[in-house]
Amino acid sequence: MDDSISCKCNWTSKYLVCLVIFLSGALWSSRDVLSNAAGATTKAPPVNSPAWTQVSPKPQTQPLPVFTINYPRIQVPFEITLWILLASFAKIGFNMYHKITIWIPESCLLISVGLVVGGIMYAVHGMPPAVLTSNVFFLYMLPPIVLDSSYFMPTRPFFENVGTVLWFAVVGTLWNSLGIGVSLYGVCQIEALGLKDINLQENLLFASIISAVDPVAVLAVFEDISINEQLYIVVFGECLFNDAVTVALYNILSFVATMPEVETVDVFLGMARFVVVGLGGLFFGFLFGFAAAFTTRFTAHVREIEPFFVFMFSYLAYLVAELFSLSSIMAIVTCALTMKYYVEENVAQRSCTTIRHVVKMLGTMSETLIFFFLGVATITTDHEWNWGYILFTLLFAFVWRALGVFVLTQIINPFRTIPFNFKDQFGLAYGGLRGAICFALVFLLPQNITCRNLFITATIVVILFTVFIQGISIRPLVECMKVRRTNRKLGTINVEIHKRLMEHTIAGIEDICGQWSHYYWKDKFKKFNDRVLRKILIRDNRAESSIVALYKKLELQNALELLGPAPSDLSAAPSLMDLQTKRNFPASDLRNMHELLSKNMYKIRQRTVEYTKKSALPNDSKVREILIRRHISIRHSFRVGSFPRTGVSKRHRFLSLPPRKNMESRSPPSRPSYTSENLLRAPIIFRHGTWIPVATLDLLILCSSIVLSAAELNNTIKQIIFRSRLFSTLFGFVRSASYTLPPGLASLDNAEGPGLEDKQSWKMTLHPCSGSRGTDLELEPLSATSSVSQLQRFSSRQERPLQNRYHQPERREHELGQQTSREPIAEGLWGQPQRDSWTAHRYSRSRDEHRPGGGNLPPSAPTGWAQEPLIQKGGGSQNHLNRRPHWRPHNPHGPQSPGQVD
Amino acid sequence: MPFMPEPDPDPWQLRRLNGPQDFGSVKELATNPIGDRIIGAFFSQGQETVDFHSFVRILAHFRPLDKNRAKRPDSPEPINSRISKLRFAFQLYDQDNDGKISRDELLQVLRTMLEMQVTEEQLESIADRTIQEADLDGDNAISFDEFRKSLEKVNIEHKMSSRFLH
Repeated sequence: MDDSISCKCNWTSKYLVCLVIFLSGALWSSRDVLSNAAGATTKAPPVNSPAWTQVSPKPQTQPLPVFTINYPRIQVPFEITLWILLASFAKIGFNMYHKITIWIPESCLLISVGLVVGGIMYAVHGMPPAVLTSNVFFLYMLPPIVLDSSYFMPTRPFFENVGTVLWFAVVGTLWNSLGIGVSLYGVCQIEALGLKDINLQENLLFASIISAVDPVAVLAVFEDISINEQLYIVVFGECLFNDAVTVALYNILSFVATMPEVETVDVFLGMARFVVVGLGGLFFGFLFGFAAAFTTRFTAHVREIEPFFVFMFSYLAYLVAELFSLSSIMAIVTCALTMKYYVEENVAQRSCTTIRHVVKMLGTMSETLIFFFLGVATITTDHEWNWGYILFTLLFAFVWRALGVFVLTQIINPFRTIPFNFKDQFGLAYGGLRGAICFALVFLLPQNITCRNLFITATIVVILFTVFIQGISIRPLVECMKVRRTNRKLGTINVEIHKRLMEHTIAGIEDICGQWSHYYWKDKFKKFNDRVLRKILIRDNRAESSIVALYKKLELQNALELLGPAPSDLSAAPSLMDLQTKRNFPASDLRNMHELLSKNMYKIRQRTVEYTKKSALPNDSKVREILIRRHISIRHSFRVGSFPRTGVSKRHRFLSLPPRKNMESRSPPSRPSYTSENLLRAPIIFRHGTWIPVATLDLLILCSSIVLSAAELNNTIKQIIFRSRLFSTLFGFVRSASYTLPPGLASLDNAEGPGLEDKQSWKMTLHPCSGSRGTDLELEPLSATSSVSQLQRFSSRQERPLQNRYHQPERREHELGQQTSREPIAEGLWGQPQRDSWTAHRYSRSRDEHRPGGGNLPPSAPTGWAQEPLIQKGGGSQNHLNRRPHWRPHNPHGPQSPGQVD
Repeated sequence: MPFMPEPDPDPWQLRRLNGPQDFGSVKELATNPIGDRIIGAFFSQGQETVDFHSFVRILAHFRPLDKNRAKRPDSPEPINSRISKLRFAFQLYDQDNDGKISRDELLQVLRTMLEMQVTEEQLESIADRTIQEADLDGDNAISFDEFRKSLEKVNIEHKMSSRFLH
């Protein structure tokens, strides 16, 4: 086993090595042609190269070439593709051995590979690689990285810590730049180093470059060991925003550095510009963010280009900010943060996945490339080495970072709910790795700066030192120091609930004290958001038609999932079930519970309206939400775990139709006629406050047998026929439901229903056919009396999902009394676990009183349970949580002899 | 008997609902799912008013923990200690003051916090699961000790603290 794995690994790594060699070979062989590519990438396309234009005017002198190579034409994209591939292969390579990436950050490995490739190139030819110029970096590679981080910024913790993040990002960066710059200037005054010609402006410029932290590696480590949330988000946010600060600062200083004389006015102008740059970026970010959100409002019919808008608008924000020399990073960050919420609400689920995936992909790719190029550039650039300057740079970079963190934390700590302790501060200071931004900025330095090469060398040294030494050592150090961690793995459910309770408590207490904490602002923003922003930016979701559309979509999806891999799972279920001990919940159930809890308890101050009055119907948006939640829970329940749908497995679920008489007398216009068109819409017909059940077929598949009245049976069979047609047309497959109809049901097209006796109920059973993929539908008639006495039925009113579940017991009882004489109509809801054992129990007793024949059941147990393999209520109801739906050829406890109708 | 208005209470006394100065006037509390319980926590049993002293004592539960203060072994447990914060939270569940969170009490809290968003069935299984997880002595209820144990890893000092007057 081990051998085979290592063998496989060996094989793959050989394959990779070959590819890498091939690719670097290809890159090198293209060198001669490429040597002018530095210009070509950014300026003139190679098609216009003189050689090409000379050849084309006189084609008649040459015979028609049978085989030509036109490398210049494809040169740039070809080269880029190869570079990207090379970097990606490297990444694949060392991700194959997971142990490496745990101890050595990926950025280190990438740089190492880059060093090797650079070494090869240097040995063969003396030219630096041409693809990555600063322009390319800032226009094409930086935006995806920033978009990636800002799009996946954990919003909640970020806004909880926004003050600290900005404090560290803005003030911290200024502090570092000034500190490092001034002290380096001091060092330059030492005669022995011979650096007298570097003036203060240049030192400051260099310091601003060097003060951008880029802790990709640190973040990966922090995430891996799940460090406490506050520290993580501060490092995360800091690295995002201080890029913006650094770039702004750099632009100002690089202008200042070229000025012959700096006056006091210029300092103030610089400060003003700094503010303008930041706020301007913010403004364009908001602008394009809202524009993107607004655009996606209208993309319902062009789903395939939806994801595009996210990228284009954020890129546009970036470019426009760049156009006005504003902070483009700020713009794209704001843009992503702004639009994310609205866009994800507007776009289809699939587009949402696409967006997330592509954002991640582009970001990772850029990052990989940058670190790779960093390695290559280290070898291939001209260096100017000055021991003193470089060592002092290293020292100051570290010292000022540590000092800055310490001092700034002392200032910010009194304002924080949880102050940073010493270990946190250490993590923060030590996590100050330098990375991509420094690298790109230093290459952007104007040529007229005297010590450009020295700066480049120093920057690369600082980057390499921090990435390698600090990046590798931070993991053991943080683990060793036992910096506070949050348990971000699944906590217990207790923890989740209690935490939420505490949050509510704090919110309440703060209300009482009139404290304006972030809860207050969150609340304010939420109100504004609901009242104004959502209305403008989010597609109107209250239109009935969209509910229908949504419902249909979900319903189809649902059924698909059911019909898909279900049988194998379900058939395997019984044996799995036996293995589980009684007190253990399956992991999937646990996850479901966590998801439910974390989703639903999120809203601190929102209390969903309680529908205590009969007339108080939920408004549409609520309906939609409930619908979605339902469907999520149903979808979960259809998976292997059994958690949310305990009711189904516990006893039969019945199809619900209100008694016909009621239906006609109360709301005649809404009575559906079961034409095929209406059948699809049937699920959402709202009648008697009841959602008419749809998924009889689904139920059937799940429960394997249900009891139906004649009318329902008719409806169900039509559903089955209609749906199988629908599925076959839409998706080209049907699990061939071969059903045999009872004689009375021959004429299915009769809208009034077949000539079945109304008094008769039917038991419908679905058999999985052995050997084939099909299923058989079996119908057996039940006599009215036996079905009444032995089958549990629930009142249709009782199973009203959208109205109160806990109220009006008197009214229900009253109605139940009336119902007992009517023909037995079994009901339930479309797969929706909607149990109210109390009422069920109540009902069964009340009916028993009316019907002398039915009183033989123990009053403590709801009658329906007698049908199923009986589950003890005692010993905790967790019992039934373990049960999962499974195929049963026959209901072994069914009281009737199976009288199959052929 | 004609309706006799109660004599005006001490201006430093807060009542549950009526009056512009009282808890009922805090609008946000009405939307807090456990608002009633929080208000209830301010009133000791049988009392309908709370004076300034006890009001502040309740609020003191939520002071952040001061780590720098030297801990003297003979000093009484400070009111903002981890354990009293926990006890406060526990009492929000335990409405009948029997020292245990029963399944019903847990269900009530869950219902208010999750209302209308999950089915009763799911609620019940969550409650069962919760109790099952925390219940060590098998009495199908969560005692304070069990409550404390289940929250051992949670940073209570953070969660149950608010920075007043900052």
